[in-house]
Amino acid sequence: MQNTANNSHPKGSVWTDPKARAWLFQIIAVIAVVAMGWYLFDNTQSNLEKRGITSGFSFLSNSAGFGIAQHLIDYSESDSYGRVFVIGLLNTLLVSVIGIVLATILGFILGVARLSPNWLISKMATVYIETFRNIPPLLQIFFWYFAVMLSLPGPRQSLGVGETFFLNSRGLYMPAPSPTDSFGTFIGALLIAIIAIVLLGRWAKARREATGKVFHVSIAAAVVIIVLPGMALLFAGNPLQWETPALSGFNFRGGWVMIPELIALTLALTIYTAAFIAENVRSGIMAVSHGQTEAARSLGLSGAITLRLVIIPQALRVIIPPLTSQYLNLAKNSSLAAGIGYPDMVSLFAGTVLNQTGQAIEVIAITMSVYLAISISISMLMNWYNKRIALIER
Amino acid sequence: MQTHTFKPDMPPPVLSVGVLGWLRTNLFSSWFNTLLTLFAVYLVWLIVPPLIQWAFIEADWVGTTRADCTSDGACWVFIQQRFGQFMYGFYPTELRWRVDLTVWMAVIGAAPLFIPQMPRKALYGLCFLVVYPLLAYWLLHGGFFGLSTVPTSRWGGLMLTLVIASVGIAGALPLGIVLALGRRSDMPAIRVLCVTFIEFWRGVPLITVLFMSSVMLPLFLPEGLSFDKLMRALIGVILFQSAYIAEVVRGGLQAIPKGQYEAAAAMGLGYWRMMGLVILPQALKLVIPGIVNTFIALFKDTSLVIIIGLFDLLNSIKQATTDPAWIGMATEGYVFAALIFWIFCFGMSRYSMHLERKLNTGHKR
Repeated sequence: MQNTANNSHPKGSVWTDPKARAWLFQIIAVIAVVAMGWYLFDNTQSNLEKRGITSGFSFLSNSAGFGIAQHLIDYSESDSYGRVFVIGLLNTLLVSVIGIVLATILGFILGVARLSPNWLISKMATVYIETFRNIPPLLQIFFWYFAVMLSLPGPRQSLGVGETFFLNSRGLYMPAPSPTDSFGTFIGALLIAIIAIVLLGRWAKARREATGKVFHVSIAAAVVIIVLPGMALLFAGNPLQWETPALSGFNFRGGWVMIPELIALTLALTIYTAAFIAENVRSGIMAVSHGQTEAARSLGLSGAITLRLVIIPQALRVIIPPLTSQYLNLAKNSSLAAGIGYPDMVSLFAGTVLNQTGQAIEVIAITMSVYLAISISISMLMNWYNKRIALIER
Repeated sequence: MQTHTFKPDMPPPVLSVGVLGWLRTNLFSSWFNTLLTLFAVYLVWLIVPPLIQWAFIEADWVGTTRADCTSDGACWVFIQQRFGQFMYGFYPTELRWRVDLTVWMAVIGAAPLFIPQMPRKALYGLCFLVVYPLLAYWLLHGGFFGLSTVPTSRWGGLMLTLVIASVGIAGALPLGIVLALGRRSDMPAIRVLCVTFIEFWRGVPLITVLFMSSVMLPLFLPEGLSFDKLMRALIGVILFQSAYIAEVVRGGLQAIPKGQYEAAAAMGLGYWRMMGLVILPQALKLVIPGIVNTFIALFKDTSLVIIIGLFDLLNSIKQATTDPAWIGMATEGYVFAALIFWIFCFGMSRYSMHLERKLNTGHKR
């Protein structure tokens, strides 16, 4: 092929041959990038030497020596920077997961509300969406943190729901469960119930496909899931002990606490992202043509079944790709935690650890790769889900 | 012979026309809808009256100090007193006319671009894009032709927000177009380089990019060469935003039918002429709304420069709320900031929707 191509342009020199030129361009580009990289690397090397910074990741095993407001795993000041990294990562994941779940729920509700035939409901959803998606997320975080959370009353005057939940300027206090001896029995009963329901569902489906007889699984399932764990509860006793927070001295003790930074961050990210998700949901549902509804109804399907089997599967196909990018945005926006000092990846690791150790390159590289890894995992997960629900076309 | 005369039509039922009819179809069409309406009315009643009470009826509008805020409502005196700082940051008061002039020049200079009948619009736009930044730099920064220098460390407020956003988009646009072309290129090495670049910047949050440009950039540069804080932030913003622009432009390039490429090649146009004369003019026109949306995102993201210590609108307000003379003004400050950001973003999103309708000609099948 190469020869015939050359033979058909006998007078063309190497310079006018598109293939040769493509090669040349690519070689020049690669050389330029490599040279640029080498230049930066060289500069960095000499700069680091001049400042007396030794590069490498050995600093990760040094003792950190500072306290952290929220840690999901045990931590003390003498623990290493490596552990600080894990804590930051877990805190980032925590706020991302809570935010994604809440924003999805709120976003779907708002998206459906905006399409509601009820004028008032749809206008309210519109006002919500247009307000919150046009205000920077960082500003919303600041608002919830500085204007709302920090101006709440102190622990002694906290707002309480019953004697179990307390909200004050130090956070939201709630009862913490701890398993008792009968916890295993209860979980076992619950698992058996779930397995039984799954098997029942399979049997019912097989029977329906074979004989056409319908068996109402939902009623049976409700009975099974209430009766089995209920019996465990009755005979083995309470599986969980609830430790309620109580005021002692100037602060609450016991129970779980959601620190104000986490509350502000979760609220702001949820409210902001939900506005975008609502728009995706709306456009997804609107993308399913009305003929689909009419066709389903004329086949005799009820309204709820039409929604579940016809509209939603087709709408999801449109909703999932933009939803993925909203999830990515939320995970990336969780880094705004640095603005209010929530101990996430950025504020803990790229902020405090960087300042203490001066290992700028390593710290930033680790931080960026963590976010890249999170982004890639979310998009792979969502792509997998998208493929699963995609319509199989010819 | 008996002639048949029609009786006049009966009026439609009272409940299906007029205000009552509207209410019935839109608010009370079923018991569930009625329930929803009542719930919504309750929500509105819960939120709106206290808000109006706080923001307008019980608010304090006149005064000079915190002591003038005696009522329970909002203290807008705070905003009035600090307005200059929110708009200009620490820009010297006697030189603020330079900022105003820059803004007015932008408004007046760009106005002809929005007149549909304007002749030679493209040429004028190009001249404007070349001349205006130089002029704006001269006015804002000064240092030559008789204007005194105002270092960027004194820039702040809304002005800095606008500077970062507009320089960011102006720098990101050409870079983004080149990246998009590279990603669609036939040459594997170029494509891989561009894809890596784009996906890298899209995968990391802007905040880490700003961290990187503020702590790592000085390490990358040779001795003696250093940028000030604003410049470093701008470099970060431009690199970050160019990846997003590239994806928007790629969408436009993909939307151009293959026949256009083939026709251009058949006319004997080389790659750059094909792109410059045939493909890009069509593709860019298609993606203008997308670019405006990217700009809105960038405009909101400028608030992140607070992390590296620049005094944009949000940071100016945050600083002012920590002033001991104005303690407890956080709500007023953030509401004001939200209002400014909202006006800009909402205005631009409406404009982008308008453009989308206007430019939606003949490409949809």
